[in-house]
Amino acid sequence: MSKLVIRNGRVVDPSQNLDRICDVAIQDGIVRQIGPAIDATGSMEFDATGMIVAPGFIDMHVHLREPGFEHAETIETGARAAAAGGLTSVCCMPNTQPVNDSANVTSYIVDRARRFAVVNVFPIGAITKNSAGEALAAFASMKEAGIVAISDDGKPVMNARVARRAMEFARALDLPLIEHCEDLHLSAGGDMHEGLESTRLGLRGIPRSSEDVMVARDLILAELTGARYHVAHISSRHAVEMVGFAKKRGLRVTCEATPHHFVLADRDMAPYDSNYKMKPPLREPSDVGAVKQGLMDGIVDAIATDHAPHAGAEKMQEFERCPFGIIGLETALGLALEQLYHPGHVDLAHVIRLFTQNPGRILSLERGFLRPGSAGDVTIFSLDREWTYDVSRSVSKSSNTPFHGRKFKGGPVATIVAGQIVWQL
Amino acid sequence: MQGLLDIESLPRSEIEAILARSKNFQPAPRQPFKRFTTLQNRTVVNLFFESSTRTRTSFEIAAKRLGAEVLSIAVAASSVSKGESLVDTLNTLGAMRPDAIVMRHAASGAPHFLSRYLPIPIVNAGDGTHEHPTQALLDALTILDRRGTLENLRVAIIGDIAHSRVARSNIFLLSKFGVEVVLCGPASLLPREMGAIAPGVELTTDMETAIRNVDVIMMLCVQLERQHEAAFPANEYFRFYGLRPEHVQRAKPDVIVMHPGPINRGQEISSEVADSQRSAILNQVENGVAVRMAVLERVLAG
Repeated sequence: MSKLVIRNGRVVDPSQNLDRICDVAIQDGIVRQIGPAIDATGSMEFDATGMIVAPGFIDMHVHLREPGFEHAETIETGARAAAAGGLTSVCCMPNTQPVNDSANVTSYIVDRARRFAVVNVFPIGAITKNSAGEALAAFASMKEAGIVAISDDGKPVMNARVARRAMEFARALDLPLIEHCEDLHLSAGGDMHEGLESTRLGLRGIPRSSEDVMVARDLILAELTGARYHVAHISSRHAVEMVGFAKKRGLRVTCEATPHHFVLADRDMAPYDSNYKMKPPLREPSDVGAVKQGLMDGIVDAIATDHAPHAGAEKMQEFERCPFGIIGLETALGLALEQLYHPGHVDLAHVIRLFTQNPGRILSLERGFLRPGSAGDVTIFSLDREWTYDVSRSVSKSSNTPFHGRKFKGGPVATIVAGQIVWQL
Repeated sequence: MQGLLDIESLPRSEIEAILARSKNFQPAPRQPFKRFTTLQNRTVVNLFFESSTRTRTSFEIAAKRLGAEVLSIAVAASSVSKGESLVDTLNTLGAMRPDAIVMRHAASGAPHFLSRYLPIPIVNAGDGTHEHPTQALLDALTILDRRGTLENLRVAIIGDIAHSRVARSNIFLLSKFGVEVVLCGPASLLPREMGAIAPGVELTTDMETAIRNVDVIMMLCVQLERQHEAAFPANEYFRFYGLRPEHVQRAKPDVIVMHPGPINRGQEISSEVADSQRSAILNQVENGVAVRMAVLERVLAG
């Protein structure tokens, strides 16, 4: 079968402290050899001179909108956008129509992904039926059908008793529970972070406390149940502090941050521009700093995009009527390099770990590393290529992003999934 | 001047120019309003997505006195209820090529959003809980009529600060002139951040403290429709934050009492105060026309 040799790149795999210039050979979808001067007879070759060759990047939080909202994104287009962002695996949230709360829907997504997605798609199942926050969904049969975690993302599990039961069952199945941390009573009606900016603009606020009280509640329940618990899109400085505290206590707790939450603050928002409207909202500079510090210190385990496509007409409305969410697959790596690597806050292995080893471990994907026998997923990227993000050329079906026109230094060059080059610059 | 979206971004010099020009449009005592032909052959569309009698009428009269053609549309009753989006409504109107759009909308920032897509100047006649720029200008004109200057004044704004576009516009305007502004209301309607939106702003939940030694008391309407929850018990609000004669006595002897209207007699303001010599409420209404003439002239003829 097919064989691919990636030639002469700087191969960096933080899971084994590997950082050397050499070749990587992939055959039949599996990494076969990593080393110098691999014999490429009969193989396809990819010249990665001057590039970084890393384990395939994993985005543990995306919305692919299929089934139900195919006008905004499909598994096919979302997967192509992921590939264009250097991602080889994405985990799709269950808030589709119907909600992914049964093995049937999970199987449908797995089947569509097998036929149409150029990257690996790992579904996340709902915690509760229809994500309504009441009756628990069928975790075990969804797990058999292929889910890697459970979440009601887009909504929290408001009822603490339901959250406790969900953690107990999830623990028994060894599934991580991913919470969208938002107390809906505190955030009700809000459109942006509650603070000076919302006051100035006359927009209703989403207080930081709406995130904090839910994180606090869940950490208490995680300790009670022993569940693997993960905070989605952490944005509050207090929440970061609490997760750090829980980790010190030895709880099996992790969290992720989106690029926009470590890049932008509420005051960076272009006035009433819905491309800056998402949940959790862009918070204050002190929160942005805390999230970034959390990424450096290891309190924040992973970078995930929360890629949330919305069709143009949905975002072309009065700010308070627009839906929440922005796309992010194509800009994640560029933003991570800009904020973490280029200023020298962390080394390259650290940035790569946030996209590979850590999310792979949290979701038990058996991916996120590069060694003989592992999946032949590779992300090849540049550290110095200068480029400008033009969303009109995006392969996503939606274009709701605040990063249109942003200049980047470094970004994806080629995306390889199971030994196939699925995207290249 | 490319439309008028808010006071916050309007330079002080521009405000002074509008106020100076407004004085030319104030009628002399017992004289009829003068009519002008400045805006002949110009069309102004009044687009009110939220019902309003006084502001719409005021803009309408202002445009007519300048010789413009005016078309007033109450959108709440027409296309929006059929599901047409704001952008489509405006594109439709834009295709008819009006020279300016005066717009009121229940969503904060709606005129800012539209101005990014429409080449036609937009005058904000009130957007949600954000700003009501011409109200602040007419309030400033009313204060100038009685005090001659805005410098060194102390002004109390009392009521539902959180949801008031009148409050925001007035805070931004007065602050640009160095006025000390005291905001007063029940804690749940008085966000702490209000103290930081402009220089010289203080907060208090105590009415007595608020009006001590002030030159101007601005009362706000109680806008229950903008509140999405019971932020306070209604009867307590009127008891603690209604303006009565005994309050006025604690302010400066020549204090000016203002209210953007419509007033709720016996609620946020007692009849005795509303009808007293101290009240400038009807002057505000009158000045509304003069200020809107100055704004329309600046936007259209400038």
